[in-house]
Amino acid sequence: MGKKILTENINIPGINTIEVYKQHGGYASVEKALKQMTPNEVVEEVKKSGLRGRGGAGFPTGMKWSFIDKKSGRPRYLICNADESEPGTFKDRYLMEKIPHLLIEGMIVSSYALESNLSFVYIRGEYKWIYEMLWKAVNEAKANGYLGHNILGTGYHLDIIIHCGAGAYICGEETALIESLEGKRGNPRIKPPFPAVNGLYNNPTVVNNVESLSAVPWIINNGGEAYTKYGVGRSTGTKLISACGNIRKPGVYEIDLSLPVKEFLFSEEYCGGIANNKQFKAIVAGGSSVPILPAELFLKTADGKDRIMSYESLNEGGFVSGTMLGSGGFIVYDEDACIVRNTWNFSHFYRHESCGQCSPCREGTAWMEKVLYKIEHGTAQAKDIDLLWSIQRNIDGNTICPLGDAAAWPVASAIRHFREEFEWHIEYPELAQRQNYGLLKSTREKLYNTETTTV
Amino acid sequence: MLAVKTNKPAQFSEEALAKAKEIIARYPEGKHKSALIPILHIAQQENDNWLSVETLDYVAQLLNLKTIEVYEVATFYSMFNLNPVGRFLLEVCHTGPCAIRGGEWLKNYLCEKLNIKPGETTTDKMFTVKGVECLGACGYAPMMQVGKYYYEHLDTPEKVDALLEQLRSRVDFKHENWVV
Repeated sequence: MGKKILTENINIPGINTIEVYKQHGGYASVEKALKQMTPNEVVEEVKKSGLRGRGGAGFPTGMKWSFIDKKSGRPRYLICNADESEPGTFKDRYLMEKIPHLLIEGMIVSSYALESNLSFVYIRGEYKWIYEMLWKAVNEAKANGYLGHNILGTGYHLDIIIHCGAGAYICGEETALIESLEGKRGNPRIKPPFPAVNGLYNNPTVVNNVESLSAVPWIINNGGEAYTKYGVGRSTGTKLISACGNIRKPGVYEIDLSLPVKEFLFSEEYCGGIANNKQFKAIVAGGSSVPILPAELFLKTADGKDRIMSYESLNEGGFVSGTMLGSGGFIVYDEDACIVRNTWNFSHFYRHESCGQCSPCREGTAWMEKVLYKIEHGTAQAKDIDLLWSIQRNIDGNTICPLGDAAAWPVASAIRHFREEFEWHIEYPELAQRQNYGLLKSTREKLYNTETTTV
Repeated sequence: MLAVKTNKPAQFSEEALAKAKEIIARYPEGKHKSALIPILHIAQQENDNWLSVETLDYVAQLLNLKTIEVYEVATFYSMFNLNPVGRFLLEVCHTGPCAIRGGEWLKNYLCEKLNIKPGETTTDKMFTVKGVECLGACGYAPMMQVGKYYYEHLDTPEKVDALLEQLRSRVDFKHENWVV
């Protein structure tokens, strides 16, 4: 059993209420931070822990905090990004549903570190019941003196507002989230200025993921140094991975970042291997935006090293033969999965979610979807694969926010690693139209030779 | 998508009005525009789960905003319905991870069973089926959202049929509204 930092108490009955939560050491970090530490000491402790943003980008949380403008005297805000909507990711929901006070506790300590007196949780609108649970947790915390005026008699005051979105993937991007919180369309802003200087209501703002903030109480209670004992190298601590797709045991798992990928995927303790005794074909290891990898390249790097579940190891080989840990959305494909159909599906998603501000993304995502539709439905020509490649090249890096890149990478990596599957769709349009699954090379050959019998 | 005019004046119940005022008061002074999205959610609950032009205008007036500020937000977010929907809006996730575990099947099955296309409403105004993007339940696919809650692991026709029957018998469904 690996170390559990976030989910240790998660299955205790009633842990979503403040009484039970406090019985199990809840809110100790608030007492410690507010009574014994200065805000800067809290920032230093989190810096020492090496905690990296768990939303996807992996930027060190403590460093992000140290950028916030405290000198100008303007109000500062902390926003918790609970807009989890990256396909394959459902880990924040698990934390908030099961143990909402952990997030609230983390937010109080983090707000204290940033010397913020008003903080927000921006939660996606679809999580309606969680929105209510968080308000309940906030009200309980307030009734117990952990929120509001003069918290624990220390003179520090803080309010937390739970704010709901209304269905937009783009609002997970921090500047779009800020725009949305201001009651506008979720159009990302041009950076700089970064939110740490000009964020919400033009004031200094820090936006952190649910999981990052939930790790803060443990770090304060046990020290940043202790956190670095888990994980490996610059990937310290533990991470929640939401595993889904064709595996035997889908769900949310907390793993040590030094865990070998093979163990995570195949052991009974975690994913339990591929469902229905099928073969492992491909994987999207960190939410739909990261490059898709074929099984061999996921289990071992291009130069034959075994991969582990750390930021660095998954990134080894860059975009040519590596991928990213991203948000921890772990989507596994078995031998029956059709990569073309899956790429088309993701392109549809990005076309739908593009805010429409930048032309390369607005036009490009729609164009990619059309071309992929043609390939999947057997009406494309051979040159369309190169066309697709050139479209994604023209989106990548040419947009205000990373949604453009996120739309381009799945397409680029699918062509890079599964080009023959695209070619096959074009070569045998009739089969491509009729058969969406069973596209491992061996299966395909079998299919093609016995075309009249099955399909 | 364009909003629809009904020529029926929109209004909030007293309870909803009080709630709207409470929400506006949450945000810092002068930042009442932040309350727009939560209040649009209330407006939708108050008006049969969709937003007509009249409702949008009413919200604009309530928040002292220009109508265009409300229109541009209402048309941006996918949870705001700009057309009438059935009593139960069945929002089926059809994004990648769900799709490989039966999300597409679920959407097709519902449409077939209810004899409608995605986006349409049954003639008895009971059900609308809508394909939506990732709802964050990838490990529990296939799934859909109805009202406040998620219904997960809907992987057999029997489970889907039973859920539809259960919904049909729910006269009190409106009370399952969430508290914004």
